Amino acid sequence: MTKKGWKDLPTGGIITKAGSALDFKTGDWRSEKPIWDKEKCTSCLMCFIYCPDSSIQVKDGKMTGIDYDHCKGCGICAKECPVKVIKMEMERR
Amino acid sequence: MPRRALTGNEAMAEAMRQINPDVVAAYPITPATEIVQIFASFVSDGLVTTQFIPVESEHSAISACVGASAAGARVMTGTSSQGLALMHEVLYQAAGLRAPIVICEVNRSLSAPINIHCDHSDTMGSKEAGWIQIYAEDSQDAYDSVIQAIRIAETVFLPTMVSTDGFIISHCMQGVEILEDKQVQDFIGPHRSAYSLFGGAPITVGPLDLQDYYFEHRRQLMEAMNTSLTTLDAVNKEFKQKFGRGYDIIEEYKTEDADHIVMAMGSTCGTAKVAIDKMRAKGVKVGLIKLHVFRPFPHEQLKKALSKAKFVTVLDRSDTASSMGGPIFVETRAALYDQMPKILFADYIYGLGGRDIDIEEIATVIEKGEKMKLQGKVEKPLDYIGLRE
Amino acid sequence: MSDIFEVRWHGRGGQGAKTAALLFGDAIMSTGKYFQAFPEYGPERMGAPVQAFNRSSAEPITMHCGIKEPKVVVILDPTLMETQPVTEGLKADGIILVNTNASADSLRKKLNLKNQKICTVDASGISRELLGKELPNTPMLGALVRVTDVIGIDDLIKFVEKTLGKKFKGKPEVIKGNIDSIRRAYNEVKVTDGGGK
Repeated sequence: MTKKGWKDLPTGGIITKAGSALDFKTGDWRSEKPIWDKEKCTSCLMCFIYCPDSSIQVKDGKMTGIDYDHCKGCGICAKECPVKVIKMEMERR
Repeated sequence: MPRRALTGNEAMAEAMRQINPDVVAAYPITPATEIVQIFASFVSDGLVTTQFIPVESEHSAISACVGASAAGARVMTGTSSQGLALMHEVLYQAAGLRAPIVICEVNRSLSAPINIHCDHSDTMGSKEAGWIQIYAEDSQDAYDSVIQAIRIAETVFLPTMVSTDGFIISHCMQGVEILEDKQVQDFIGPHRSAYSLFGGAPITVGPLDLQDYYFEHRRQLMEAMNTSLTTLDAVNKEFKQKFGRGYDIIEEYKTEDADHIVMAMGSTCGTAKVAIDKMRAKGVKVGLIKLHVFRPFPHEQLKKALSKAKFVTVLDRSDTASSMGGPIFVETRAALYDQMPKILFADYIYGLGGRDIDIEEIATVIEKGEKMKLQGKVEKPLDYIGLRE
Repeated sequence: MSDIFEVRWHGRGGQGAKTAALLFGDAIMSTGKYFQAFPEYGPERMGAPVQAFNRSSAEPITMHCGIKEPKVVVILDPTLMETQPVTEGLKADGIILVNTNASADSLRKKLNLKNQKICTVDASGISRELLGKELPNTPMLGALVRVTDVIGIDDLIKFVEKTLGKKFKGKPEVIKGNIDSIRRAYNEVKVTDGGGK
């Protein structure tokens, strides 16, 4: 991505686009990766509440997956899951 | 135009009433307390529609100001000395966020030893914070400059402080010509800011800015400072044209034929004018440059104004412990480094902690300067006025 | 610049020295002249010796230094003569105006004055009688106007009427008391020229 020069940046260091954190992929910071077992998941959404990176994807009240572009692999979801359907595995790249 | 008997503090409070800012957050400190105390009574009497936020410290006061400014409000506060020092880190944030806040400042020394009287140490401690700094000579100047400051700040999006000399001006009553409320409102116009949290589309204010962008944003700030001189000049010209009085960035007093220039800021300029009249009566070709704006430093204007000078006597009401002399001296000399032929400079630190400076003392250093000018040599580039050895 | 007229007021915190200086300054401005009025710079404490100052001129005043050689010294509280250097810097052709019953001769001796004009008036007595309390500052203004020629008595009365008229709208007796005390002091002040005795 080409970065803008000082003359082209908005005044005061503000960010004029909402939700721009989406463009910043933090997924590659991960050393461990959460693996979710869809079949056994009860969609209690405890993981959704605890996830510090808003990386638990939910639709119509049901968990649908993990946003690996932004998940940093902290493992809180695995720790908090009451039915233990999220497991942490070593990231393989 | 009606003249009213007002102290410096009353004049600044009156300007604030006429400006009617959206938000004022302040904490009291001598000798600036009266400004916001009087303003608070305007709030409680319903003479303004300002949201007044009493806070528990100056750090909180300026923080609340930054928040309110980001929300798109026209914001003012008042402070002095230790209060300005306590604001220090947030002053940089206000500048970096390009929040056009205006502070009515009253110059007072910094502790220790504790002292409540005038010198310029407090605002000199903030001179690198990215704020425009205007130094008023008297109550009239303070009143007019506060009104101008709103326009300036909201044009270049830089916070601005206007200061008066503590007690000497803040508590001295004199006649002040007061504009009509409508004239002030028409002059300042509606509030303008670079952005607003309530401006429509959502924005993020104050995000982390690392190696990749911080430098560019600071460069923007530098550019705003560089170009603000044009705005300062334009706003003053408009004020002058509308109301018949104004304050040039550097005011020249009897400099036309002068080869010896005295430089000063604040109330001392008025006293120096009398000393200059006195020396001129003796045939000394001396003039005064009143530095009305210290930030941005008007180096180009000074180069021009000092182009015919052979000797410059600088009066500094603060010492920044650089061991090279006071800030006016250091910066003016730097500005004139490339100038040929070389100008001789002598710096005098005076008036720390409110020590009086009188006409005779200024006349004496002018005489000393005349001697050094003839000798073509400065014996002591840094000396003191009114100091016991 | 040469015609600047300077006054130093001595009083005690709470006696109204500062208020008197501000009123005098404001009254000077009402005649179209220029003025400055400022207190001794610093915190004010009830009962402690305080000073206040006036400058007046037909031209705008730019100097902001302290007043070291006043033309006039006004003493609101005579006990200050015991402890304060009230004559310090008083011009050789200056005027000292004291709120007292004492004679000019005794003051000249006590204060070791040479040729200065000594003016006395019982401002405290006048204010007790006409205002019902010890407020010597307004009658002293009347006396000051008499012994100097900065403004006329009519200018002062007109100004005080207007100023107090705003402040004490429902209390005409306060306005009348102040005006009467100014006139009384103006009429009763005793002036003794230096070198006369």
